[in-house]
Amino acid sequence: MEGLTLSDAEQKYYSDLFSYCDIESTKKVAANGRVLELFRAAQLPNDVVLQIMELCGATRLGYFGRSQFYIALKLVAVAQSGFPLRVESINTVKDLPLPRFVASKNEQESRHAASYSSDSENQGSYSGVIPPPPGRGQVKKGSVSHDTVQPRTSADQQEPASPVVSPQQSPPTSPHTWRKHSRHPSGGNSERPLAGPGPFWSPFGEAQSGSSAGDAVWSGHSPPPPQETWVSFADTPPTSTLLTMHPASVQDQTTVRTVASATAANEIRRQSSSYDDPWKITDEQRQYYVNQFKTIQPDLNGFIPGSAAKEFFTKSKLPILELSHIWELSDFDKDGALTLDEFCAAFHLVVARKNGYDLPEKLPESLMPKLIDLEDSADVGDQPGEVGYSGSPAEAPPSKSPSMPSLNQTWPELNQSSEWETFSERSSSSQTLTQFDSNIAPADPDTAIVHPVPIRMTPSKIHMQEMELKRTGSDHTNPTSPLLVKTSDLSEESKINSSVKFASGNTVADGYSSSDSFTSDPEQIGNNVTHQRSHSGTSPDNTAPPPPPPRPQPSHSRSSSLDMNRTFAVTTGQQQAGVVAHPPAVPPRPQPSQAPGPVVHRPVDADGLITHTSTSPQQIPEQPNFADFSQFEVFAASNVNEEQDDEAEKHPEVLPVEKASDPASSLRVAKTDSKIEEKTAASVPANVSKGTTPLAPPPKPVRRRLKSEDELRPEVDEHTQKTGVLAAVLASQPSIPRSVGKDKKAIQASIRRNKETNTVLARLNSELQQQLKDVLEERISLEVQLEQLRPFSHL
Amino acid sequence: MAVCVAVIAKENYPLYIRSIPTENELKFHYMVHTSLDVVDEKISAMGKALVDQRELYLGLLYPTEDYKVYPSHQSPCVESTFPNQLCRYGYVTNSKVKFVMVVDSSNTALRDNEIRSMFRKLHNSYTDVMCNPFYNPGDRIHSRAFDSMVTSMMIQVC
Repeated sequence: MEGLTLSDAEQKYYSDLFSYCDIESTKKVAANGRVLELFRAAQLPNDVVLQIMELCGATRLGYFGRSQFYIALKLVAVAQSGFPLRVESINTVKDLPLPRFVASKNEQESRHAASYSSDSENQGSYSGVIPPPPGRGQVKKGSVSHDTVQPRTSADQQEPASPVVSPQQSPPTSPHTWRKHSRHPSGGNSERPLAGPGPFWSPFGEAQSGSSAGDAVWSGHSPPPPQETWVSFADTPPTSTLLTMHPASVQDQTTVRTVASATAANEIRRQSSSYDDPWKITDEQRQYYVNQFKTIQPDLNGFIPGSAAKEFFTKSKLPILELSHIWELSDFDKDGALTLDEFCAAFHLVVARKNGYDLPEKLPESLMPKLIDLEDSADVGDQPGEVGYSGSPAEAPPSKSPSMPSLNQTWPELNQSSEWETFSERSSSSQTLTQFDSNIAPADPDTAIVHPVPIRMTPSKIHMQEMELKRTGSDHTNPTSPLLVKTSDLSEESKINSSVKFASGNTVADGYSSSDSFTSDPEQIGNNVTHQRSHSGTSPDNTAPPPPPPRPQPSHSRSSSLDMNRTFAVTTGQQQAGVVAHPPAVPPRPQPSQAPGPVVHRPVDADGLITHTSTSPQQIPEQPNFADFSQFEVFAASNVNEEQDDEAEKHPEVLPVEKASDPASSLRVAKTDSKIEEKTAASVPANVSKGTTPLAPPPKPVRRRLKSEDELRPEVDEHTQKTGVLAAVLASQPSIPRSVGKDKKAIQASIRRNKETNTVLARLNSELQQQLKDVLEERISLEVQLEQLRPFSHL
Repeated sequence: MAVCVAVIAKENYPLYIRSIPTENELKFHYMVHTSLDVVDEKISAMGKALVDQRELYLGLLYPTEDYKVYPSHQSPCVESTFPNQLCRYGYVTNSKVKFVMVVDSSNTALRDNEIRSMFRKLHNSYTDVMCNPFYNPGDRIHSRAFDSMVTSMMIQVC
């Protein structure tokens, strides 16, 4: 066999083909199989093929060794070139174009070659000279002028490596220095059975889909040697004839290989997408884009608003129409803003356009911001519909996905800029509502939205003063509580109410019952106080003196007030009725009348129970808090102590009741804090006497007032103990079994007072509940209005 | 089949008008122009109500042959006389941009919903065009995406 000198390109090509044919990697290629296909693909007459085979010695050997194969290929080239087949011609023919193999076989060939080449990745695996990775441009160049492929191919080289493998893109010095890589790749890719939009675009599209090697080089950036026949080439519809022409060139080879079925092409494309996708952005390019992005938008995950992008891209001096088209392509989610990926795509398109590339009709795959890998998209048609909105993982982090919570079109439009979101955040109802709530400072507590709930936790001078005022009854302008009528009582009631309220509030579940058990006056006062308290909570300027601060007991927190509210809410109807009936006076229940009654009766002592019972039944029907009545009964049965017994467990307000009954409620007012403390102290022992821990200390004022009563309380307890019901209580309270008889009256008085306080506080509670309801209703209405208004503000 | 699609700006000048067949384009222009009056009439009649998707339905039926415009509202006799019936539909956006579509109902009697969906698509595409910062409102619409969408509508609805 004559020595065979192959050029580098040939070497590569041949080795590639050999590898292709050498399925079994035995370094020997049988005559049949691929080789035959290959030769058939050469479109040579059979006799020529036979001749070739003969010449190369395969017939002799019965197989194609590498050398034979190479010779055969060379002969094929010779034959294709029209030279007579001669052994000598192998070496004599200069500039022999590479053998061209056409036909469907090529796709398989190309496919395999591609796969092979892709596997081998690059020239490295080839025996023979590994051509230096040609500049992308070079690779691309090969397209049009196929005749002189050889030199070009040699220059391009990489081609034999594999059609798919694209030479490593030389990092562009700058995107704008790219030369026109022409659509060669597209031309080359035109063979790809891509259903391009048109002859012009089809090559492009195919190219984009990751065409054969050199083509992909578009992204490469070495300035291609001017091959600009590509334009014309690109215009020519992809045909097999083109394919035949192609083999001559490096790229041709690649294209040849890529010819064929869409599947093959797809496969190759898929494999090569990462290599020779003409639209692929190289790392350097991407970095450049990212830097440019940063100059506009430091946050890589943020958006570039349309106006900024417009300015930026206008600098490229492309016609507005084209820029508009580029925008349409790159703004994937149509939100008028560019994420990093979109920006890179747009920039890439601008660069391409400036380099002479025509803009595609659809965004190339590689430019599309997507969640999934390009490999997976496997979409020939450039824009796989399934492409997600987030950036491709390979590239910048999905900038838009986090910022694009929803993918529907309306949302992107709304998300024109982050300002929308911020705006919405700013205008969130919660914020406004909270502000709304916190800003409640009604000048007129009656009509304005008064924050009903807050209760001053700590005693304050204002409270003290208010209490004083209340006591004096001079400034019962507390509009919230109709209880203000009773000025004198109010003062007391305020204290009482506060205390009672607290107490009742403290008694979470049964606070109301206790309050119910309070006397009307104390209740009223309590109500007033609570009302005022609430007012004071919101606006210390309230004319009404704020109720004494709740005792610093855990139960005295807002929960207690809420409890009061709940109680009021529950008993609102009744209490309010009562309240209305007796503005500052007795709570709706007959309690007021009865409270004193029982109180009055109390002195009867033995009859106290009866009185209580008498009152309680009357009260029972009126009050929903049956518990109260039960307690009241208990109270009646066991006097104060009983109440304390049962109620203390539920509402330690019993003590305040007792205290409230103390007409010295005025004192209570004065001694708000101390009273509370005293009350707590008193309640504590009282509760202790009942064997229960005080749930809610009685209101301080009451306590204070009842300081003396505290002492009496045990007496009262003693009294109750007399009834025998409080035996246990008495037992718990050693102080109880003191002078029994002497304190009877005192006990009864205290009981009366407490009842009054109870009623007052209950009324106050109900009033506050009503206020709270009103306020909540107003709040709801305002919220609704806000909701109604908000969507409009976004329009 | 939509034979003509036009986008009219707020000031009643066309932003985009395209018709098929490409001949008789002037006729279509006239058609659209005349329909603008009806559109305006309907707009004013609606008052504060939000613009419906299809707020204009003109029963303009007239043949293409003799290019006569019969502003009759679906008079049955017209149908029998003229083979081609062109119905014009209008659509107004909140920004007073009007879409006018001339539909040839000879082939298929397009249902109202279909017309609405076509207008919705038109509106969406128009919005996309608006989103393009390189588009100045008031310019002619040259967006290729818009063109392709209109083409699809014209061909598909056939």
